[in-house]
Amino acid sequence: MQNSLRGRVHKYGKNIDTDVIIPGKYCNIIDPAELGKHAMEGLDPEYTAKMKPGDFIVADTNFGCGSSREVAPLAIRASGTSAVIAKSFARIFYRNALNIGLPIFESVEAVEAVENGDELEIDPAGGVIRNLTKNQTYSAAAFPPFMQSLIDAGGLQPYVEKRLAERA
Amino acid sequence: MTLTEKILARHAGLDTVEPGQIINAKVDLVLANELSAAVAIGVMRQIKGADRVFDADRIALVEDHFVPAKDAQSAKIAKIMKDFAVEQKIKHFFDVGRGGIEHVVLPEEGLIAPGELIVGGDSHTCTYGAFGAFATGMGSTDIAAAFVLGEVWLKVPASIKLIYSGKPGEMIFAKDIMLKTVGTLGIDGATYRAIEYHGSTVDELSITGRITMANMAIEAGAKNGIFHADAKTIAYVTERTDREFIVEKADPDARYEQVIEIDIGSMEPQVACPHTPDNVHPISEVTREEILLDQVFIGSCTNGYIEDLREVARILDGKKIDPRLRVIVNPGSQKVWMQAAEEGILKTLAGAGCAVNTPGCGACFGGHMGTLGDGERCLSTTNRNYVGRMGSPKAEVYLASPATCAASALTGRITDPRVAVPVGA
Repeated sequence: MQNSLRGRVHKYGKNIDTDVIIPGKYCNIIDPAELGKHAMEGLDPEYTAKMKPGDFIVADTNFGCGSSREVAPLAIRASGTSAVIAKSFARIFYRNALNIGLPIFESVEAVEAVENGDELEIDPAGGVIRNLTKNQTYSAAAFPPFMQSLIDAGGLQPYVEKRLAERA
Repeated sequence: MTLTEKILARHAGLDTVEPGQIINAKVDLVLANELSAAVAIGVMRQIKGADRVFDADRIALVEDHFVPAKDAQSAKIAKIMKDFAVEQKIKHFFDVGRGGIEHVVLPEEGLIAPGELIVGGDSHTCTYGAFGAFATGMGSTDIAAAFVLGEVWLKVPASIKLIYSGKPGEMIFAKDIMLKTVGTLGIDGATYRAIEYHGSTVDELSITGRITMANMAIEAGAKNGIFHADAKTIAYVTERTDREFIVEKADPDARYEQVIEIDIGSMEPQVACPHTPDNVHPISEVTREEILLDQVFIGSCTNGYIEDLREVARILDGKKIDPRLRVIVNPGSQKVWMQAAEEGILKTLAGAGCAVNTPGCGACFGGHMGTLGDGERCLSTTNRNYVGRMGSPKAEVYLASPATCAASALTGRITDPRVAVPVGA
């Protein structure tokens, strides 16, 4: 069971693509710590300087559109960002985030209500997002049952190991 | 069932599937390039009990993004993939000089056939929908799972049916049709959906034209984009492989979430303006203001084919590009490069002042061999023009057909190819 997540909001707009999350020139890097230094650099070069571990990226619709590069969620996670909250996610990014264990939450009401700098606390299991600055509570969409079972199992890797064991 | 649903059902061993259903599907081919493979191989090494890939003949590994290696870090990831290919005895491994851009190489080598299911560690894997296959892009962890299991979990997408009618006018190409489509659907208009291409206009398109259109399905957020295989498809595929394949067809009563009709008859050449591929305008709107260029790029998995280079060479033949800009051309693969050499195209392009590079993806995604500096403006045949896509976040990228790019190369500004190159000239 994951502990609750707590941090401040860094709010961005619609259609945040994987090229601005981690520009192409860094895609030959496989060391997560090095990738983390460049998270969001194409959109906001100050992001890693101003964020503190635990902080959240909040964005509008279609977060993570574009490339299949898994280094995009890896960079966000390695920067110390604890989760991404958006109205919706692009499909490859959504899969990648679940696979590598970057918590993501879909919540139109949270995105509408929160402002840059608000402090949030999220209970990942219940999908409850509390805004400590505004004293409000929002709920995130529940994951479809199959995705939730992958998350509960600890990601795709244990799932693959189970499938392999079934065949043995 | 739609064409996508039919292919997915068969690969999942089911009689029928419905949109939203989660299935386990067997894959016919798993693709990775050195970026996605380096991460996927690292993941695979951590999976207990996963020492071997599921089938060394059903994996394709292509060195194409940072090659020839631009620095030690790029060489490192290329070597990770090459060493893995040797260790696992991967049959379809393509190093530089023998391959090119993954999505150009795989069809050329006969590795794609109708009715097949292909997953790849690259978002433009949807390109193979041009051949009546289901093909979709995934991240490295999913690719690692496919490497060892030979299957993937998939959510069955609802389908959007696009019906194209009308005969394209002079200087109107598949790229213009697809830019118009992305502009119509919007950058997230097909998210989690399959796009099924129909209509007399696309029936008349060449295989290359269909590749250009399927390739950019992801630019509207789609999971896959798919054409029905016809005689042209079957001729292309059977020239390159003797593997058996199953041609599927959508049922007459297939259910579509949306049906959109697009008339191409009076359409102008299209241009996607910065900084998103759905910011699409007819060229007469774009050229109302003079848009001076610093670079023209011709290549990529969208438009790096022999047909594209022929069109560019036809327009540039015997002329010189504008002296204030540079033109970079990357043939899509080694075979395209050789064909272009045999036909004299490379000489024509070089003679006009173009730099002709080795095949690869570098320039398209801001890797190397064509990146842009602050304040530079590029007209490109590629598929994306996000902020910083081709280098500096302070650069601007416009997307257009090879013909529009060639016409613009002659004038140094975005130019309507119908004006620059009158019919019969």
